Amino acid sequence: MPPRNHSLAAITDPGVRKLELLANTIREDILRMLTTAGSGHSAGPLGMADIFTALYFHILNHNPKRTTWADRDRLFLSNGHIAPVRYVTMAHAGYFPVDELKTLRKFGSRLQGHPEIRHLPGLENTSGPLGDGSSQAVGTAYAAKMNGESWHTYCVMSDGELECGITWEAAMFAAKNQLNNLTWIIDRNNIQIDGYTEDIMPLEPVHDKFAAFGWNVLEIDGHNMRDIINACDRGESTWEAPTVIIAHTIPGKGVSFMECEPSWHGKPPKDRSELGKALKELRTLEGKIEAGE
Amino acid sequence: MLIRDLFSKHIPTEPTRNGFGRGLVIAGQKNENVVALCADLSESTRVLDFKNAFPKRFIQMGVAEQSLAAIASGMALAGKVPFIASYAAFSPGRNWEQIRTTACLQNINLKIVGAHAGISVGPDGATHQMTEDIALMRVLPNMTVLCPCDSIEAEKATIAAAEIDGPVYIRLGREATPVFTTARSPFEIGKAQILTKGTDVAIIGCGPLVYEALKAARDLEKAGIVARVINCASIKPLDSKTIIDAAKTCGAIVTVEEAQIAGGMGSAICELLAEHFPVPIVRIGMQDEFGQSGTPAELLEHYRMTAAWIVKAVKKVMKMK
Repeated sequence: MPPRNHSLAAITDPGVRKLELLANTIREDILRMLTTAGSGHSAGPLGMADIFTALYFHILNHNPKRTTWADRDRLFLSNGHIAPVRYVTMAHAGYFPVDELKTLRKFGSRLQGHPEIRHLPGLENTSGPLGDGSSQAVGTAYAAKMNGESWHTYCVMSDGELECGITWEAAMFAAKNQLNNLTWIIDRNNIQIDGYTEDIMPLEPVHDKFAAFGWNVLEIDGHNMRDIINACDRGESTWEAPTVIIAHTIPGKGVSFMECEPSWHGKPPKDRSELGKALKELRTLEGKIEAGE
Repeated sequence: MLIRDLFSKHIPTEPTRNGFGRGLVIAGQKNENVVALCADLSESTRVLDFKNAFPKRFIQMGVAEQSLAAIASGMALAGKVPFIASYAAFSPGRNWEQIRTTACLQNINLKIVGAHAGISVGPDGATHQMTEDIALMRVLPNMTVLCPCDSIEAEKATIAAAEIDGPVYIRLGREATPVFTTARSPFEIGKAQILTKGTDVAIIGCGPLVYEALKAARDLEKAGIVARVINCASIKPLDSKTIIDAAKTCGAIVTVEEAQIAGGMGSAICELLAEHFPVPIVRIGMQDEFGQSGTPAELLEHYRMTAAWIVKAVKKVMKMK
């Protein structure tokens, strides 16, 4: 099947700036919703805000009003614990009211602690247990190829789940079947619950491992909008191999006391005061983006 | 409803997996979305028939049971009806979490086929004799659990599994076992079949051991005990009405399965009756232990699952009435 023929890379500088500012707004809303929820993960969602913004506001062919539209691009999430970034981005993209973000992790909410398709339209999979989402994305891409569909399947996943055996089972399968309609985006933030990935279970060389498995491997700065967009464009334009984008991100991006600190993997700001400090830093970041720094 | 010469020495035999192989081809003919995935066991699970009929709809996974389940679920999300086949010891033995999250929690069309279940796998020994699969699958919300009694019923169960929405587990055996139902025998998910009418005791079985239950009933009749033999192929959903009726009429029950009695079909019946109509029950099955190498006949005898042992269990349970 030939790759899809459209250029994502055609985006203006003001267009990029707009996405960067939106990503920062999404970071602010992530922290607000986590503080209200009283539990949940901070670091990963902040680190992935740029990528989710790029996906929902530039890359994906999707329609918030037609969540089961057959020709939509599929975005799987494998590390379900970063659901807050997906929820906030979806709300801003028009899937549900931004006000509903307050219900995160509450009884009766559509915004479950880990995302579930039986509760929220617009998700492609239920996730939490690591390794399952990336494998399901592979299965969906395979089915799309069988049917000659032209839509693309993306999966956002964590670096920690490269420790799961199933990830490499699925990686072998995707390469064997030349799933060029599939892109995995790995959040290479180097942290997991118990500490730094290279202490817990060394993952490097990630690039070489995927290359050895027969994948098209791209490595980017996961906070550089143009890098993100160009990499997805290249992934969609590739023949004969699935693409993996190793996105180097800063966990806790934008909040100095959260950045690169494993202890912020799985907790929210503890109160309004801590939230206030974090939001202040994000407003500084906003100023820098506006100034083009 | 059953074949005419039920206890003939020349009763035809065939493994239940063969019926699955045929049923899968028919399901594939009926629905072009049916696909089959196999973890390096396409001949012995009988998926080969489907591969030959629909080569483009057969997917070879290699020895990778976790992704077997999760990748198939991804295909189901895209509209396919995937059947995944391996030995029960590996699927659902090795991929229970993937089945729980991707098939059951998402409530999608994944059909799991566990071949070589039970101790009658024989010489391969305990590693390959899956006896915990019924318990593992039965506990999952949204899951349907089927254990057909012969190859004809396995064919029907496979076709039925393809036609219902949601995850299904089908348990199959390796050995050639008596084919005692016919094309006209009823099969319905959620229904048990009363094979012999009796009121003294009920023998409720699943899988090929149902034939041993029929032999036991024949032998008991000589002693003046008339047993109601029930084929409980649909372990979940369970046919509550037929089972409660049997408890009320017969007042004592023996359950028969080639699986751990903890969590198995017998457990399901105990749970149902403890809440609705408690009667004495004796469960035949694996008594909290693992199997070993041997011929299927040796093992079924050693682990007390043959007709003679069912007769003993009936006599015991009737004294408890």
